[in-house]
Amino acid sequence: MSDATQNPGQSAGNPIGRAGSLLTKNARTRRRNAAEKRFRLYGLTAIGIGLLMLIVLVTTIVGNGTGAFQQTFVTLKVDLLEAKLDKKGTRDIEAIKKVSTFGYAPLINGALQTYVTEHGIQTDLKPKAMGAILSKDTAAQLRDYVLENTDKIGQTLEFTFLANSRVDGYLKGRVTRDSIANDKNISAEQLDLVDAMIANGAIDKTFNLDFILGGDASDQRPEAAGIGVSMVGSMYMMLVVLALSLPIGVAASIYLEEFAPKNWLTDVIEVNISNLAAVPSIVFGILGLAVFINTMHLPMSAPLVGGMVLTLMTLPTIIISTRASLKAVPPSIRDAALGVGASKMQSVFHHVLPLAAPGILTGTIIGLAQALGETAPLLLIGMVGFVASNAPDSIVDGLMSPNSAMPAQIYEWAKRADPAFYERAWGGIIILLVFLVAMNTIAVILRRRFERRW
Amino acid sequence: MKDMSQIANAVETGTNKISARDVNVFYGDSQAIKGVDVEISNNTVTAFIGPSGCGKSTFLRCLNRMNDTIDICRVTGTIRLDGEDIYDKRVDPVQLRAKVGMVFQKPNPFPKSIYDNVAYGPRIHGLARSKSDLDEVVERALRRGAIWNEVKDRLYAPGTGLSGGQQQRLCIARAVATEPEVLLMDEPCSALDPIATAQVEELIDELRENFAVVIVTHSMQQAARVSQNTAFFHLGELVEYGETGQIFTNPQDPRTESYITGRIG
Amino acid sequence: MPLTWLILFLFALAALGFIAGRVRAVNSAGGDVRELHSLPNYYGWNVALTALVPALAVLVVWLFVQPLMIERSVSGMIPEELIPEGSQRSLVMSDVRRVAHGLDMAVRQGALSEDDASDIRAGFTDLRGRLADVGVALGSDVRPEVLSAAQRYRQLNATGTLWQSIIVAALALGGLTLAYTRTHKGFRARNVVERAILALLILAASIAVLTTLGIVLSMLFETRNFFGLHSWSDFFFGTTWAPNFRGDSELSILPLLWGTLYISFIALAVAVPVGLFAAIYLSEYASAALRSFAKPLLEILAGIPTIVYGMFALLTVGPMLVNFFGRGPDGVLGVDWMSGATSVLTAGVVMGIMLIPFVSSLSDDIINSVPQSLRDGSYGLGATQSETVRQVVLPAALPGIVGAVLLAASRAIGETMIVVMGAGAIAKFSLNPLESMTTITTRIVSQLTGDTDFASPETLVAFALGLTLFVLTLGLNILALYIVRKYREQYE
Repeated sequence: MSDATQNPGQSAGNPIGRAGSLLTKNARTRRRNAAEKRFRLYGLTAIGIGLLMLIVLVTTIVGNGTGAFQQTFVTLKVDLLEAKLDKKGTRDIEAIKKVSTFGYAPLINGALQTYVTEHGIQTDLKPKAMGAILSKDTAAQLRDYVLENTDKIGQTLEFTFLANSRVDGYLKGRVTRDSIANDKNISAEQLDLVDAMIANGAIDKTFNLDFILGGDASDQRPEAAGIGVSMVGSMYMMLVVLALSLPIGVAASIYLEEFAPKNWLTDVIEVNISNLAAVPSIVFGILGLAVFINTMHLPMSAPLVGGMVLTLMTLPTIIISTRASLKAVPPSIRDAALGVGASKMQSVFHHVLPLAAPGILTGTIIGLAQALGETAPLLLIGMVGFVASNAPDSIVDGLMSPNSAMPAQIYEWAKRADPAFYERAWGGIIILLVFLVAMNTIAVILRRRFERRW
Repeated sequence: MKDMSQIANAVETGTNKISARDVNVFYGDSQAIKGVDVEISNNTVTAFIGPSGCGKSTFLRCLNRMNDTIDICRVTGTIRLDGEDIYDKRVDPVQLRAKVGMVFQKPNPFPKSIYDNVAYGPRIHGLARSKSDLDEVVERALRRGAIWNEVKDRLYAPGTGLSGGQQQRLCIARAVATEPEVLLMDEPCSALDPIATAQVEELIDELRENFAVVIVTHSMQQAARVSQNTAFFHLGELVEYGETGQIFTNPQDPRTESYITGRIG
Repeated sequence: MPLTWLILFLFALAALGFIAGRVRAVNSAGGDVRELHSLPNYYGWNVALTALVPALAVLVVWLFVQPLMIERSVSGMIPEELIPEGSQRSLVMSDVRRVAHGLDMAVRQGALSEDDASDIRAGFTDLRGRLADVGVALGSDVRPEVLSAAQRYRQLNATGTLWQSIIVAALALGGLTLAYTRTHKGFRARNVVERAILALLILAASIAVLTTLGIVLSMLFETRNFFGLHSWSDFFFGTTWAPNFRGDSELSILPLLWGTLYISFIALAVAVPVGLFAAIYLSEYASAALRSFAKPLLEILAGIPTIVYGMFALLTVGPMLVNFFGRGPDGVLGVDWMSGATSVLTAGVVMGIMLIPFVSSLSDDIINSVPQSLRDGSYGLGATQSETVRQVVLPAALPGIVGAVLLAASRAIGETMIVVMGAGAIAKFSLNPLESMTTITTRIVSQLTGDTDFASPETLVAFALGLTLFVLTLGLNILALYIVRKYREQYE
């Protein structure tokens, strides 16, 4: 303790010097502890911000998107007047075809007129204005029905029609009497009629399967738009991605991990792969446009091309995770196989690969999920410009004929000005996220179930 | 050993600094230290010896509450430093560690310059009012760490660039710079070659002048060379504690004898 | 689909070869498989692969080369005067292809006989109407030169396809026969098969390099075309981005680069502090329970597709910001600084949210790789936890964190959907974050979607932009990966 008395610490105000008791905190310690608390608080705040953003994002998506799964329908009894549809009464299909869509509109408007009179609803609306509460496609829909069931002409049948998107919005609270002041698509009188029809049970909101299974519809008919066809497009792309990226990715990983000699060429390939994983996705779109479409003349907007572009984008991810799973198989397994006289190739294919399979599968599913949500490269190969409304007939058709993909369809809807399409876009996001969550869950379960600790 | 008379015999080199009573340490459900009583004196080198996993390092880390950084670790019993219970709720471990410094098994200089390594402690504890003050503190610490002559021309070179032995002496200087009262050393020479070990051992003996030094070692020769008192731990118990010479020449407990003669450990 | 049949034929032949090879090998050993050099299956594989691989390789090459050859031969048939002013030979060629495709469709649907399709003359029949009936819409009536070119195109195609089938099939049969005759018990089938598989593995591995090569070459090629039409000094050093259709576009990358960097800067200003502090808390302070709960939740943010963030920017964050900073007296702050939902701030903030988990999980890894002994050393000297983090852990982790931030920056620069939907379309130099600005990726999308004409600088500039983007992000990545690797080596 000889030095302690001259220690410079003693002179520095109120140090931790040995004079102080441990049981009382000196001023400096208190100050330092306060700093410590502040620092912890910053960290907690940062985590809080991150989690808050997640909550905001999820509530925004769910809050805005669930509406898309419900749709407003109008139930009406329509008189399929023989006098209008088949004047001669011959039921000749060619003659009935001559009646255009415009010929059907009066039937529907008449049905509304009848409904109003029957239920004693007071309204000043002209029949045509009443018809505007229905989807713009209603007459065409009725015509298609009649052309297929010519025997029904002359009967009065009950139909369920899609309501106009404004009416749909009114039932969902998106459209209010205040908000329609400057809207020439719908008037307060029409909403009165809607209210009366709701009271009488002719207008109702029900689950809308067509949103999940149907195709896109024109700008004028958001109520008829569905994501189903683009879902099929996404599915075909995923088929292509899986069929190409899994074998190529696994083969490349096996070579790099098990066979490649350590030389500059291997180094180049390795650096290449790790950098490709970080190349912006849009660059792959440019590559696809230049090589697949401009040079090879593959069709624009085809899921085959989309799948090939996404394959190139996913390959590095799959290679990196596959190599990690191969690396995790201990060398002792390889030695054991070699030790009983197997060739290098046999030891890899018979022992290492099966052991690494769960890891490879997990990585592949995660890569697929990434590809499923990717949009940017698809914009460049035209998967947004074309919007299909019919599902493809066959596999070849599905691969080669123009289609969209789920994220591209969502983008397309978000670009349209009508808020009714925004609802569709958020609804589409819910479906997309359901797929992603499902794929990631499968990956996690696979990992948990088959994870080995060596 | 519970026999206090023996301890009384051993303490001749200095006054009592730390006294531990009935200390138990638990890691989750398993008990690592079982009812240890120890007195540590000023101006003395006390060595903790024993086979690997006997709890000597764990016990050492109780003395400056380094075990607090391990979530599942729980300590019971009392450890008093100058009569004050260091596990009292009012005690700030930060203030305690300024009084009870520590040197670790592997040299762990910070990735900073030699100067900044040594100045780190004085800076956080506010021991220097000015730059020249700090320079003085750093030089004194490096001199006490017996490394001043080797590094005085490259104080601003990274501390990680030194050799292993130099790094460990730098770490000792770093610990000394905060003017602690007790210096805990956890196998300070286990990562060093014999020459560096000799230098550090010589240094430990010099440090005794100013501090109470506690050293954990699994080398019995080292304990015999540098310490005045020795405690032998086995399976979490303090088997025997006494003057070093006595422990090595005339152990009271058969387990100590077995260890010293190489039959256990 | 003759191609489908051809491929099916190849695989059927390979399957046949497998069985035949295996049987022959076993027979040559008199039924005793122990006499064979390799396992019987290897003899089968040998025959199958020899039949399949060369034939498939030739087929793939053929599929690439034939369209190019035919294109060259047919495009020579189109007289110079037929190419409209300001248009291009390639546009006429796409007409030729469409007519040829229409004729194919017509023949397939029975609307035309094969002879009709080859002999039909544009003047005599309403070809456009007949093609429309089979579902091929043409913009204008078919000119005789185009029709004859289309017929030639069909004819060459038919011949090419025929020869393709013959040669590929012959190759497969030849391979099969060769391998089959070589099969006997002493033949080292396993070695041959393994060498072939190794070659396939190498081929797969080189696809990664081919992709990079493809990216660089395709963009270099088109960029060269672009610089043939537009001055490179305007592209790199001009100050205005104003594409138009009169042919005097100003296409400078600088305003776009400014927008890109500004938005990325705001994104990093959001993501780096939040991500870094979250990582510090998670790795240094958080209990195991909090960590196992908060870490996966934060990582969900990273798994959300960018289109979702784009929607969030366009429809939620943008309008919210307008509510604060716009609308004059009706707004929250009563100011009118912001007119539309798209702005630098909108895109930047949303991109920042997207990057939070990216920064935090990278930094988390890096902070965790700082050795515990450094922390112990600091605690042992009586430092508090925050002092240890700030003065020991962070300086030690700094290179790694810099690498992580660079990777995040490269992500921000290359991000497309968020800026396409949230940043706007106005190219300008401005410091006001509430204004719309545009970025490199946004312009690539807008120049390459819709009607594109690959002879105009307005379209080709997208490739020059893409190349710049590629070089920029590649540079950042290489630098970042280098720094991170050096950092990891330091503590291993």
